[in-house]
Amino acid sequence: MIAIIDYGAGNLFSVKNALDFLGYENIITSSAEDLKRADKLILPGVGALPDAMKKLNETGLVEVILDEIAAKDNCSGKPLLGICLGMQMLFQKGYEFEETDCLGILEGEVRFIDAPGLKIPHMGWSDIKIENKCPLSVGIKEGDMLYYVHSYKAVTPKENISLYSEYGGIVPGLVFNGNVYGAQFHPEKSGKVGLGILKNFANL
Amino acid sequence: MLAKRIIPCLDVRDGKVVKGINFVGIKEVGDPVDCAVAYDKQGADEIVFLDITASHEGRGTMIDVVRRTAKNVFVPLTVGGGIRTVDDFRDLLLAGADKVSVNSAAIKNPQIIADAAARFGNQCVVVAIDGKKVSDGKYHIYINGGRIDTGIDVVEWAVKAESLGAGEILLTSMDTDGVKEGFDLDMLNAVCSAVNIPVIASGGCGELSHFTEVFEKTGADAALAASIFHYGELTVGEVKEDLKKNNIPVRI
Repeated sequence: MIAIIDYGAGNLFSVKNALDFLGYENIITSSAEDLKRADKLILPGVGALPDAMKKLNETGLVEVILDEIAAKDNCSGKPLLGICLGMQMLFQKGYEFEETDCLGILEGEVRFIDAPGLKIPHMGWSDIKIENKCPLSVGIKEGDMLYYVHSYKAVTPKENISLYSEYGGIVPGLVFNGNVYGAQFHPEKSGKVGLGILKNFANL
Repeated sequence: MLAKRIIPCLDVRDGKVVKGINFVGIKEVGDPVDCAVAYDKQGADEIVFLDITASHEGRGTMIDVVRRTAKNVFVPLTVGGGIRTVDDFRDLLLAGADKVSVNSAAIKNPQIIADAAARFGNQCVVVAIDGKKVSDGKYHIYINGGRIDTGIDVVEWAVKAESLGAGEILLTSMDTDGVKEGFDLDMLNAVCSAVNIPVIASGGCGELSHFTEVFEKTGADAALAASIFHYGELTVGEVKEDLKKNNIPVRI
């Protein structure tokens, strides 16, 4: 069962709709018990980073998430997928409006997309390039297109990047480290290619 | 590389698609959900529902249509028509719309743009503008299906909408809409050069070449069309193949 973490930010139903469509058992939840019971976690998010971090901190779920994704007793932790703002929250710090401490699960920070001459937000379908293959990128080809809506992007070491797009520089699309993944694009709104990535996650 | 988007628009009244559809393999002709699924399969980058339901009671039907569509279509969905309040935004977004477009209500009360943007994010606020040429290089906003001149300048309003928090402009030309002789390139250029948010071109496409023309000659980010797709004259796939041939970046 996949737990979609509800912390009061963003449209959780589109992720649920996609998982339902693919036939994977899932639940939208803000209960620690459900996160412990689930075998995978999804952290969605739409909106502004400081507000989202504040809301997530207020749920008291941060420790549970960190505990559930940590390896223990020789078992690897549960897979976690952050989507859009949920992906940005996985990093150490963000700079949307103000410096914000994030979850610090992945190395890097979240910065404004500085792209002179280009429209912000970066909204629409961008083609992707592959930096490193990872279990979620299986079946994805260079040139496939994914749907993005964001004004801030992750700045992270190359080894964390699986897929990226170019928009006034490198925009990490899919990042990963161990059992933790983040998608800047919306896999649930990216047609067949996006559903394929969600399926890869659900099948981990 | 950001792809230029092709967006089919479905006019929906009381939960049914208004214009005829010539899709092959559709179960129930006139069901917006089936039509949206068919457009998704053709490669639509986004789908727009325009609710033209007159009665208030019919509104709930649209929410149901959006909810069912969101369970079956996994590209962005925009819903417009008759949006009056921030609560209307909320109801549609909760039902599964990704963006909501607002037209005359924003002209009467521009604050709705700022309120909706603050609450749900700029990305889901689309400001729809129906413009008509009044003199060389001057365009006014018309309401009530192009019958009433508001006297408001299209470009000035687009700039104001952006500053209030609009995430996108849907620009329909009352001069070219239904004429099928191509998009209104001059008005699009006037708006595209004044704002830094995406602009969707609407009104006037009647043949394949009009899509290439609008992307080659204007800064439009997307092109919206209704009847050319409804009546099966062209598929979204055919339009995109042609754009690709002409070196316009598209998602195939």
